[in-house]
Amino acid sequence: MPVLWDSPQPMYLGRVIGTCVASRKYTGLEGVKLLVVQPVDRGLRPKGAPLVACDTVRAGPGELVYLVASREASMALDEAFVPVDAAIVGIVDDIDQRDPEVAP
Amino acid sequence: MKLCRVVGTLVSTAKHPAYIGRKVLICQPLSESGAETGDAIVAVDRVQAGIGDTVLVNQEGSGTRQLLGTVDGKLPIRSLIVGVVDEVALG
Repeated sequence: MPVLWDSPQPMYLGRVIGTCVASRKYTGLEGVKLLVVQPVDRGLRPKGAPLVACDTVRAGPGELVYLVASREASMALDEAFVPVDAAIVGIVDDIDQRDPEVAP
Repeated sequence: MKLCRVVGTLVSTAKHPAYIGRKVLICQPLSESGAETGDAIVAVDRVQAGIGDTVLVNQEGSGTRQLLGTVDGKLPIRSLIVGVVDEVALG
């Protein structure tokens, strides 16, 4: 899988900014959806360069997602140990950054 | 393992089956002085940590698989919060 840079952390947040189509792929990657993801920091600001990740949760452009990198990325797919190093494993509905011990 | 501060809880409905029933937190790595540094981490919580806690984050898949178990030998989780830190003493 073409990845444009090393992922920032083993598990991190990102925003889907596009789709990627590859007709010739390694065996085992057939049917795997590829999305272009921009990693974001905790304030959801873009950080670093975009990368290509495979999708396991039917995410779409514009959605905030979280990803897992390296060997665990391939474990997110049905096929065992295919050559991927980033996988989208969840769509973020909300991030609560309030401290419950501080009165609102 | 990395020293981090929990800065947020993540709510997700559409997720990989391996994440069902697991608490996912946003953690910010800390420097030796306690200042926030580097990129935020998404991590699964094992120790009932909450926002503001200083925690230990294990960023290694094999240990995570041993702790959480696997399905068909697979578990797509890498970062795991394994401890809540009371105190760090340097020097």
